[in-house]
Amino acid sequence: MTTTAPRASARPDGPPQPRKPRVSAVTRAPWILLAPFLALFGLTFLLPILVAIGQSFTSVTRAGLFGEQGVSSQFAWFDNYRQALEDGNFIASIGRMFLFGAVQVPIMIVLCTILALLLESAAAKLPGLFRAAYFLPYGIPGVIATILWSFLYVPGLSPIVDIASSAFGLQLDFLGAGSVLWSIANIVTWTYTGYNMMIIIAQLKAIPTELYEAARVDGAGPWRIARSIQLPLIRPALVLTTVFSIIGTLQLFAEAQLLQVVAPAIDSQYTPNLSAYTTAFAYNDYNVAAAQSVLIALVAFALSFVFLRLTNRSSK
Amino acid sequence: MTATAPAPSKAPARKQRASSSTSNRGAGRKPATTILVTGILTIVAVYFLVPVYWVIVAATKSTDDLFGTNGFLLAETNNLLANLQAVLTYDGGIFLRWALNSLLYAGVGALLATYFAAAGGYALAKYRFKGNNTIFGLILGGVLVPGTATALPLFLLFSQLGLANTYWSVLLPSLVSPFGFFLCRIYAQATVDDSLIEAGRIDGAGELRIFHTLGLRIMTPALVTVFLFQLVGIWNNYFLPLVMLSDERLYPITLGLNNWRAQTDRLPEFYELTVGGVLLSIIPLAIAMIVLQRFWRGGLTEGSVKA
Repeated sequence: MTTTAPRASARPDGPPQPRKPRVSAVTRAPWILLAPFLALFGLTFLLPILVAIGQSFTSVTRAGLFGEQGVSSQFAWFDNYRQALEDGNFIASIGRMFLFGAVQVPIMIVLCTILALLLESAAAKLPGLFRAAYFLPYGIPGVIATILWSFLYVPGLSPIVDIASSAFGLQLDFLGAGSVLWSIANIVTWTYTGYNMMIIIAQLKAIPTELYEAARVDGAGPWRIARSIQLPLIRPALVLTTVFSIIGTLQLFAEAQLLQVVAPAIDSQYTPNLSAYTTAFAYNDYNVAAAQSVLIALVAFALSFVFLRLTNRSSK
Repeated sequence: MTATAPAPSKAPARKQRASSSTSNRGAGRKPATTILVTGILTIVAVYFLVPVYWVIVAATKSTDDLFGTNGFLLAETNNLLANLQAVLTYDGGIFLRWALNSLLYAGVGALLATYFAAAGGYALAKYRFKGNNTIFGLILGGVLVPGTATALPLFLLFSQLGLANTYWSVLLPSLVSPFGFFLCRIYAQATVDDSLIEAGRIDGAGELRIFHTLGLRIMTPALVTVFLFQLVGIWNNYFLPLVMLSDERLYPITLGLNNWRAQTDRLPEFYELTVGGVLLSIIPLAIAMIVLQRFWRGGLTEGSVKA
């Protein structure tokens, strides 16, 4: 980069460019370009994370019956974390998300991979139309999607429940203690399958045609091509969508919070985030809530990391 | 459609060749296979479209018909216009205000977020300076931090700054997209040629000018992806506004509709308001998704291929 200055000044018709200012412009420019992003990143990511960590190690005592004699805070070591981890409901909510993720994420990834392969195969008619139909739910906010599906879950309103009981004599209960988790899984799958499918399709389109031609010359059928060419080459997209799905699973909030109204099986600590929300706004215990938030982020981080490690190792 | 949609490609020649021989890839073309595949695709499409179909049908019904008739069939009377009018006029047209709020949060937020991510990503990709790798590592970590994990502490921070329950409390966090930054850096590295920047410098253009006239133009395909990603992200966000806002007039559409739905068990007429509001809020998004889905590509995996 420093080579530019002499060259520029060597040009007789160019604007006068002394060496010094040019070099300092090059060193200053990246920081000017970075400044807005870094400032906002600091304000909305780093600072809150530091605040959360700070809060999670602090305990607040209120003197007097209603705290009227002043509030004092002191360093509490891991007391808030101990409280969060001793809360059986919070631990249960994390376990519930593991169960949810272990079932829902593979189903969704398999489904969107199959759909992407089918849509990209020559056998599909009107692929553009189908692709748009599958992608449409992604544009519908999780809250709206949950409202929509909750109408299809509630007995009396739902045509699905009505038809099942009148035509087949089945008593469908989408909102019972055993089934509501999978009703939520259905909403999440419905919303995100099309989106993940688009990522995989983008990667499928990047596969050079020569590979297909070569495979066909070697006598490979569609199955063989899918298994030996397409699946290995869309691997990065599969890893990416899986990591995002794992993070998404631990963040689950809106679906559970909204279904609470119609599903008594969902308590105020059904998901980790709902638990932190309840701790903060119903119990006003921001410190334990901060500890819960930190724990959720750590678990998400650890899971993504382990998954990336595993996929890296097996590809070698 | 698959074949003709423009791809943000550095190698148009290759793409063109690929599109002309799309029919050569993947599964065979036996009629039986075609019927089977199209049949499977149709069944899956029904699954994705049923809830949308239901809400269209439900929006045409009166509250009595909503519970008295089959949900998948139209009732005898069509109440659509009356329902929509009720949605738009209820409480002095608060629904429109929510819609405008959503537009403000998502539109302004996504636009500025894309610009900031582009400037930052370009700076990291095209300049060597001390701290370059540290910054990239820090922001990469930000991609993996769940958004809801920062929302609670952000609320504590903003209430101390007096920003909670204002437009800023939702807008400011929406201006940052670590994922967009990550994409922009990788895309700038791959597409913005160093010799072009040199040429700009020789012509006497300032560094910022080179970025604005050259960098932004070359990075456009990635910027479209980042913009759409952020737009949908903000539009769909529920946790952040829920935590931040208590004034109903600042609500985005998601929060507002949930407010209506929460009242349905006491006041059944809110069913009609909610269903009508859901329908109205889906229409622009559905159109946007169908129109924009062809732009929604490349960029995302561009990152993962090279990472």
